[in-house]
Amino acid sequence: MSEKPGKLIQDVRKKGEATVVVLNGDVDLHHSPALHAALVDVASERPKRLMVDLSAVPYIDSSGIGTFVEVFRRVAAYKGKMVFFGLNSRVRGVFEITKLDKFFTLCENEEQAEVV
Amino acid sequence: MTDSNSIEINITSHTKNLPVVRGAVERMAHLEGFADADAHALTWAIDEALANVIEHGYGGMSDQPITVQLTPVRAPDGRQGIAVAVRDRGRQVDPATIQGRPLDEVRPGGLGVHIIQSVMDEFDYSCPEDGGMLLRMVKYVGSTAGAGSGGSHTNREGAQSNRGSQV
Repeated sequence: MSEKPGKLIQDVRKKGEATVVVLNGDVDLHHSPALHAALVDVASERPKRLMVDLSAVPYIDSSGIGTFVEVFRRVAAYKGKMVFFGLNSRVRGVFEITKLDKFFTLCENEEQAEVV
Repeated sequence: MTDSNSIEINITSHTKNLPVVRGAVERMAHLEGFADADAHALTWAIDEALANVIEHGYGGMSDQPITVQLTPVRAPDGRQGIAVAVRDRGRQVDPATIQGRPLDEVRPGGLGVHIIQSVMDEFDYSCPEDGGMLLRMVKYVGSTAGAGSGGSHTNREGAQSNRGSQV
């Protein structure tokens, strides 16, 4: 788990017209404010596709979900697409129990997230 | 029925303490015979409760006291469980005003207690006379709660704490 909020974001890279944000660690109330700021920063560049890699995220709480909802709205506002991939069963369960699995685009892997 | 192996965790309301509590809770759940899914559900509910206290009970102050008490219990049918008490000294709200929000509204905020309700078998907020709030919850192994199907709850359906509307 990350000690410093800023360390949750392991990498931000361009892939064609997409931007891939790689997270590493627990997405909880300790990290969500910094994550929100970082994702808003990425979204401000208006990538056509914002791909969030959750494969190294073992845990997410409702503050993390709230961060994703807020950033999703920003991306949708400029007609971009925000997708998530690499969710483990626990993290997927958070999306399911909040019924946001029907709202977000959740993919198995990066290849799928590029084309869905 | 309870046994004597109760533990108490005292923390300040700093978000940095959340993973510490999560680790302790999950470890205790496994020691008490919880499978991974139930242990995670219990941990998640306590984490959401603590986040709610920090954000809304204490308004984000990081130096306020929170006590988490975990007590092994057994259901009437013999299943192992853990009873949880989360006690704070933050802002009091009338439990009767605890309200939920429909999940078909996709927006940040308002999901914390929904999650607690979904994964725990019992939960109940109260206002102790000497201030703050007390949240009591119970999770039994192998219950339907935790699969998102709800359980037998002692609080209002679809409840969300009006201490604030957090996700």
